[in-house]
Amino acid sequence: MTTIEKNSVGLIFEHSKRGRRGYRLPALDVPETDALPASLMRSEIADEVEVSEVDVIRHFTRLSKLNVSIDAGLYPLGSCTMKHNPRLNEEIARTPGFALSHPLQPDHQVQGNLSLLWHIEQTLMEIFGMPRVTLQPVAGAHGELTGILMVHKALAKSGNARKYILIPDSAHGTNPASAAFAGYQIKELKSNSRGTVDIDTLAAAVTEDVAALMITVPNTLGVFESDIKRFADILHEKGAYLYCDGANLNSFVGIARPGDMGIDVIHSNLHKTFSTPHGGGGPGAGPVGVSKKLVPFLPTPTVERREDGTFYLDHSHPDSIGRVRAFNGNFNVLVRALTYMRSMGPDGLRRIAQIAVLNANYIRARLRGSYHLPYDAPSLHEVVFSDKLQTAKDVHTLDIAKRLMDYGFHPPTIYFPLIVAGALMIEPTESEPKEELDAFCDAMIAIARECEERPELVRSAPHTTPVRRLDEARAARQPILRWKR
Amino acid sequence: MTPEDSRYAKSHEYVHPEAGDVAVIGITDYAQKELGDVVFVELPAVGTELELGDEFGSIESVKAVSELFSPVSGEVIEINEALNDKPELVNTDPYGDGWMMKMRLSIPEEVDELMTAEEYEEYVEKESGH
Amino acid sequence: MPLPDPLTDQHRYISNASQDVQEMLETIGVDSIDRLFETIPDDVKLKELLDIPGPWSEIESRRWFRALASTNKTAVDHLSFLGGGSYLHYQPACIDQLLLRAEFLTSYTPYQPEVSQGTLQSIFEYQTHQCLLTGLDVANASLYDGSTGLCEAVLLAERVVRNRKKVVIAKSVHPQYTETVRTYIQNLGYEIVEVGWTDDGRIDTAALREACTNEVFAVAVQSPNFLGVIEDYDAVAEIANAAGAVKIAVIAEATSLGILTPPGEHGFDIAVGEGQAWGIPTQYGGPFVGFMVVKDALKRHMPGRLVGETVDVDGRRAYVLTLATREQHIRRGKATSNICTNEALIALAANIYLSLMGKAGLREVGQQCVQKAAYLRNKLHNTASIELPFDGPVYNEFVVRTPFPAAQILADLEHEKILGGIPLGQFYDGHDNDFLVAVTELHTREHLDQFVSALTSAVSS
Repeated sequence: MTTIEKNSVGLIFEHSKRGRRGYRLPALDVPETDALPASLMRSEIADEVEVSEVDVIRHFTRLSKLNVSIDAGLYPLGSCTMKHNPRLNEEIARTPGFALSHPLQPDHQVQGNLSLLWHIEQTLMEIFGMPRVTLQPVAGAHGELTGILMVHKALAKSGNARKYILIPDSAHGTNPASAAFAGYQIKELKSNSRGTVDIDTLAAAVTEDVAALMITVPNTLGVFESDIKRFADILHEKGAYLYCDGANLNSFVGIARPGDMGIDVIHSNLHKTFSTPHGGGGPGAGPVGVSKKLVPFLPTPTVERREDGTFYLDHSHPDSIGRVRAFNGNFNVLVRALTYMRSMGPDGLRRIAQIAVLNANYIRARLRGSYHLPYDAPSLHEVVFSDKLQTAKDVHTLDIAKRLMDYGFHPPTIYFPLIVAGALMIEPTESEPKEELDAFCDAMIAIARECEERPELVRSAPHTTPVRRLDEARAARQPILRWKR
Repeated sequence: MTPEDSRYAKSHEYVHPEAGDVAVIGITDYAQKELGDVVFVELPAVGTELELGDEFGSIESVKAVSELFSPVSGEVIEINEALNDKPELVNTDPYGDGWMMKMRLSIPEEVDELMTAEEYEEYVEKESGH
Repeated sequence: MPLPDPLTDQHRYISNASQDVQEMLETIGVDSIDRLFETIPDDVKLKELLDIPGPWSEIESRRWFRALASTNKTAVDHLSFLGGGSYLHYQPACIDQLLLRAEFLTSYTPYQPEVSQGTLQSIFEYQTHQCLLTGLDVANASLYDGSTGLCEAVLLAERVVRNRKKVVIAKSVHPQYTETVRTYIQNLGYEIVEVGWTDDGRIDTAALREACTNEVFAVAVQSPNFLGVIEDYDAVAEIANAAGAVKIAVIAEATSLGILTPPGEHGFDIAVGEGQAWGIPTQYGGPFVGFMVVKDALKRHMPGRLVGETVDVDGRRAYVLTLATREQHIRRGKATSNICTNEALIALAANIYLSLMGKAGLREVGQQCVQKAAYLRNKLHNTASIELPFDGPVYNEFVVRTPFPAAQILADLEHEKILGGIPLGQFYDGHDNDFLVAVTELHTREHLDQFVSALTSAVSS
């Protein structure tokens, strides 16, 4: 059982003491002049901190001990792919030639960077089975927006940008949010009893007013949309596009390729499938692969290779949707991902999917006696249970999640996807050894038994964490969003 | 429990007629229970003209947000400012201090089309019974 | 190449190997892993391995990547004066050490507050720092960067004002930021109106007044702007207020907030910008960290995550993600933004920087930047054939003009192992002989003299 320190760590502003310093700069070596008019200069920031380096190290070290992390144990968040973050990636990203390169340097000064970008695009092209990939988007949602903007432009170029994007009710919230940002209205598709997109429902919904279908493959239940090629045919027949949210790529990387399924545009999350660290919420990267039809609309610039083997940034894309971010995307996240791709190689990438799916199905097999499985369809790299068996004793998913913390585990994703009431969405990833999966299953089974025999213990959980059951209503009603003296 | 002197919409808003063609609108006890702790209520500006079924605002709990739909047509003549500081009044007293807005009805007959307290209670039983 | 046998294959990042695989298959009740993939149609299943390099050992990876990095010509072995929205500042050694702590590096979004107080509290502190620095009321946990931050600010302003379609953006806002805004709004029916600058490099207030009609929902200026010139916030605010437009201040050089009057003190509604200068390496453009700070009245329109203070069931002070109904996972198609993953770890790095530098350090960095830039400007001012075309007040960056194309001058400087600046002609027509020079606390007097000497040679040869 992982122990979490119970210390309450005061705010750094509360540790501040007049006169303390945490830094030193070399003395000013140029004459001091009245370089700036006084009217432009601010007074010293009264409430800013004065702390020593010791204070800072101690403070953040103590704070860190209040977190769980993947390094410490299983983090089974569904669709987040919390896999091991290899330390080699961190070392390579810190290579000074990469870290100190400046985004506006001319191409001839950064051939190492451009070569790296070209290589990662080539590798992703092969993984996706698609002719080109943009590396500019810096997160999955950013990639979604990029992809839908390309679809819009492609359709507008043929005369009609159309009005609607179809999105299943099981989709992640970023999908409709991104579609709305791109200027589309959303039509929600009801999932069928298998939890997948119903092909007849889809066929009826695809009119000449529909620009695209956005689906997650496999979906948020971990179920593969086996009819995907037929979906693509239906959409293409009406001149519409098939967008794939690649958050779940971990389940089929190296096993199958989105490009072969008729998918026109897919984003991947490098901070999921390709091991770049989650860092508490980023940074990420969301490269987007496109089919031939969409290539002209890629964000500008692209990285190109000349015949002599040198590389350059190509800004000459008249039909591009434009730039989706200043500079060149999250370059140093791309460095980490390419390091990982090379460490894995083609056999390693394939093994990721195989063992990710094996691990998830192992959990499914061990837990299905204790928890309700709302959808019977075979699932790949994640499995969704519900609290249906436990609600009879008035214990709910939230309580089960909190009780898991007492067993030393970060809970799985809860209450998502929305189509399952009381959803518990579990994705172990391929990194996890069998004994960790067993410890998790043992804990879940023990909790299921507690729900029967001592439900109040689960309802009042967690008992061993530094803080317990926060008053979230209070936080929203009377928002305190900063420290004030 | 459900006040007899009000009428109810399928989307769980109530209409409590007062003197003249004025009515008080809020959400029912069932609705507030389903929502959980209310943290924020977004209401229209005084003077807004609404038609039956128009979205007039939203109500938020910590983890969810629901649209509010006008059960009648008319003009918003007053809103409950107390909900700015104490949105929890919707939870503690939905038919009293947790009222949301007062409207001057433009088509008073619409009130008769809404469900009575008895009809609403049946409706809720069916909805939650599945 | 034949497909490997999952029973005998292994990899150092994938724990389970032959013994485990066999036991697990038994528990599941299938005889091979292939059976678990039956829902993937056969006609899309790959029959061969992907054609990509690897697997490499760490030894081979180090060789390949280091060789690649060594072909770059960077500040590693060149004297750099590059700015243009990404700056070379002092990076305290503590930052990386703390960032690599497993509990920060490998943790996830703090959706479960009981086991994420470290992340949540540090975000709360970072939000506080941003409020103190910008003089505004509510900051979010982070956005991707300055350019997308400006996009979010523009979209926020439109939501607040409604029924207007135009946004005025100064031409001296970072051109790549404006480009990004153009991409973001291309299907939403809004129009960007650009306003140029006058001789001193500041925004043309007469043109701004003319542009600020009652069709304009927001005005965005950058200070210091892309030319390095510090704008007159009050003049801009007065014009924007008269038009009822939201006032957006863009800050690309975050350390400038340590010494310049902040936008909050001039009545601006939104401060948005790039936090890279707060201890983050330039990394060819990313990962960086966008910030956004707004007036209290706008907080429910904010994109991004917000951490709030509350108590737990035992009355202990604790931190939690709040006002989440704004966000995509709840509001979906009507969310304030689609942002989910942001730049949390980079924000943590910036947070550590701000904590270490603190009240005195933030000011001292600002002071040194101002003084060293002034020293360089004075020397260049007195050098033949070198012109400083904009005489408005500057922080640490300014435009240099010579009688020759900037590309040529910079090539000469590159020969002297100096990365002398950023040519302006790629951003603005008619400025081919201009380039941007940035100075920071890392430059010594000798460095600055070296620059002057090299530039003098370049223009006289």
